[in-house]
Amino acid sequence: MSLQPVKFYQTGTFTVGNRLLAPEERSVQANMERTNSLNSGHRACQGCGEALGARYAIDAAMIASQGQLVAANATGCLEVFSTPYPETSWQIPWIHSLFGNAAAVATGIAAAIKVKKAKGQGGDVRVVAQGGDGGTTDIGFGCLSGMFERNDDVLYICYDNGGYMNTGVQRSSATPPAARTATTMPVGPEPGNAFGQGKFVPAIAMAHEIPYVATATVADLRDLEYKVKKAMTFRGARYIQILVPCPLGWGAASHDTIRLSRLAKETGTFPVFEAEYGEITSSSKIRRLLPVEEYLKPQKRFAHLFGKTPAIDTIARLQAIADKNIRRYQMLDKEAN
Amino acid sequence: MLKQTEGSHAVAEAVALCRPEVICAYPISPQTHIVEGIGEMVKSGELTDCEFLNVESEFAAMSVAIGSSAAGARTYTATASQGLLFMVEAVFNASGLGLPIVMTVANRAIGAPINIWNDHSDSLSQRDCGWIQLFAETNQEALDLHIQAFKLAEEVSLPVMVCMDGFILTHAYERVDMPTQAQVDAYLPPYEPRQVLDPAEPVSMGAMVGPEAFMEVRYLAHAKQMHALELIPQLGDEFKKVFGRDSGGLIRSYSIDDAETVVVAMGSILGTIKDVVDEMRADGEKIGVLGITSFRPFPITAIREALKNAKRVVVLEKSLAVGRGGILASDVRKALRKQPVDVFTVIAGLGGRAITKKSLHALFLKLALETEESLTFLDLDWGVVNRQLERERQTRRSGPAAENMLRDIGTVASKIA
Ligand SMILES: Cc1ncc(C[n+]2csc(CCOP(=O)(O)OP(=O)(O)O)c2C)c(N)n1
Ligand code: SF4
Ligand SMILES: [Mg+2]
Repeated sequence: MSLQPVKFYQTGTFTVGNRLLAPEERSVQANMERTNSLNSGHRACQGCGEALGARYAIDAAMIASQGQLVAANATGCLEVFSTPYPETSWQIPWIHSLFGNAAAVATGIAAAIKVKKAKGQGGDVRVVAQGGDGGTTDIGFGCLSGMFERNDDVLYICYDNGGYMNTGVQRSSATPPAARTATTMPVGPEPGNAFGQGKFVPAIAMAHEIPYVATATVADLRDLEYKVKKAMTFRGARYIQILVPCPLGWGAASHDTIRLSRLAKETGTFPVFEAEYGEITSSSKIRRLLPVEEYLKPQKRFAHLFGKTPAIDTIARLQAIADKNIRRYQMLDKEAN
Repeated sequence: MLKQTEGSHAVAEAVALCRPEVICAYPISPQTHIVEGIGEMVKSGELTDCEFLNVESEFAAMSVAIGSSAAGARTYTATASQGLLFMVEAVFNASGLGLPIVMTVANRAIGAPINIWNDHSDSLSQRDCGWIQLFAETNQEALDLHIQAFKLAEEVSLPVMVCMDGFILTHAYERVDMPTQAQVDAYLPPYEPRQVLDPAEPVSMGAMVGPEAFMEVRYLAHAKQMHALELIPQLGDEFKKVFGRDSGGLIRSYSIDDAETVVVAMGSILGTIKDVVDEMRADGEKIGVLGITSFRPFPITAIREALKNAKRVVVLEKSLAVGRGGILASDVRKALRKQPVDVFTVIAGLGGRAITKKSLHALFLKLALETEESLTFLDLDWGVVNRQLERERQTRRSGPAAENMLRDIGTVASKIA
């Protein structure tokens, strides 16, 4: 009798039916013990990918550390929408210092914990740092690289929404080419963000050869939880970059956050993979390859590419970037071709 | 124990005796010997239960300090000059969060033009950053102030800068009395944080605070510094009980009881000034000195009381409020606003310019005859200044001013009048 593989996926989504799984295989969010580390009642916009990503990531880190977790947060939307007292949403010890120093603050916390533990005055408390793409790839990059290079025992999570959203949607070094932001308006001969060289921090993190690097999106939350838990099994510097759509900054419908995250991967725009000690160990495969237009069209930040005379050349350049990602990160299953 | 040692090394040893738990540093002259010294102690195992981190910038150093202090560890760092400026955003953050970090500032000028020598521009640029700032006169006092600084910082939950003159103190070999571990332990209890990142009792720190409470939060920071005004003399008294010597306090006076002229200054220059005062006293001049140890909080009442009989006050400072005059002098003026006394401002020793007894002697004699408050730049070479001004009048593209002046002087030796 041949084996019939069981598929847990519901048609058209990646949502795993928890009911069909053994309790220990269910998601953290389906766990009765989940901590609601970032509790409800915060002030994020409807459909905020960052709020969703942070909730899943930090709850997973909490489970993995048996509740022994401290977080350092960079300035940005996540910090602003979660903290105004007396309504802090954080159920874990949490500190916000500055925009550009979350990685270093986390290093300091980890150092203190190490000493306290050695003195028998504290337990095995783990540390996460978190920030937006601006706080990570731009202003906080020096501190981040220093933390990587020293291999400090910190998991850094970057919530990548491709811009400085908290200050009103300005360009960051993670803003995609051609995207409209408040500082890259769709005017002039080359509307939107310029085509630069790009700055993909997961690759830079890999160049530091730190124990673990991963990317994820909020479309595949099981994968996100898995990667956070996996990251917590390592000691030393770890980095996870999560693509988190921002309905406000992207000019997208709140209900499209998950769909856009999925399209980012399915078009090759955002590679989803894992790496250990500088080498890629797995990459999430594209299920149904789609052209980049499918990802770009639902977002007003790219609307200028699809006017009366579509910007065919620009779209082709964006497609070329996606194609390169697909090759470099082996996003296509060999059999599927 | 008496020993002959370098100022930086004395400070390193004193900090080690304070049982620090996390130390982070980024090198800059003239701070380097201090952190090198402690780093070696940690690496060799001489100083235990302490993490020493070599970080990638001063901004990171202060940020690491913020994290470790918030996680409940006794935390120390040191910097100077450009390094202090590079960490400024985090310096304000540390005090805003109320974290009792202790930092040595090995006082050095700020560029441009780049200059590694001593003056007080660096820490005085941070006069409103919310840190307590204590100035050491000697290496012994620098050593002692560090021990007091941890106690003070942890008592009021505010960070403390111990300022010591770069090179003049940091690199000078002097005799110091190094306390024993038992003495320091008797004086300085283990750190009991008011706030700590602890999974057993989760708190949020550094949350957004709007107009509804921001004024109150800032006022509290001021109130804590006002409390420190009371604590600093007390901690000095306690220090004397354990260590048997006077060190610290808010101010320190010398020959001022009957003095008509009192010179006010901070740091190591006080020693030179005292020598000049002795010379002038021998000639019958009624002159004295007031040293300010606590620059922040600024001891207005104590200064007013100390200067109540003075007819003339000369504030000699190694800093310049460009476009205004003196920084310290403005503060002293404020303390004396109701007293019928003239306050003369003297800017001296910028960028390591030597302040000689001869120049001071002549200056004090000259100021004794003046009746209008004035601003003096001690030993300024007017020839060099005027030549450059003339060059700028004559030529639009007169070129870089500092380099022109260097060429005019034609020597790289330090300038001694
Ligand atoms: C030193 C400094 N520069 C600028 C700012 C203003 N600022 C605060 S949040 C922010 C943008 C944050 O962008 P990102 O890190 O991507 O996070 P997001 O809000 O998009 O989640 C900026 C520019 C600041 N707080 N501090
Ligand atoms: S602006 Fe964007 S990132 Fe910020 S809360 Fe709204 S949706 Fe989230
Ligand atoms: Mg962002």
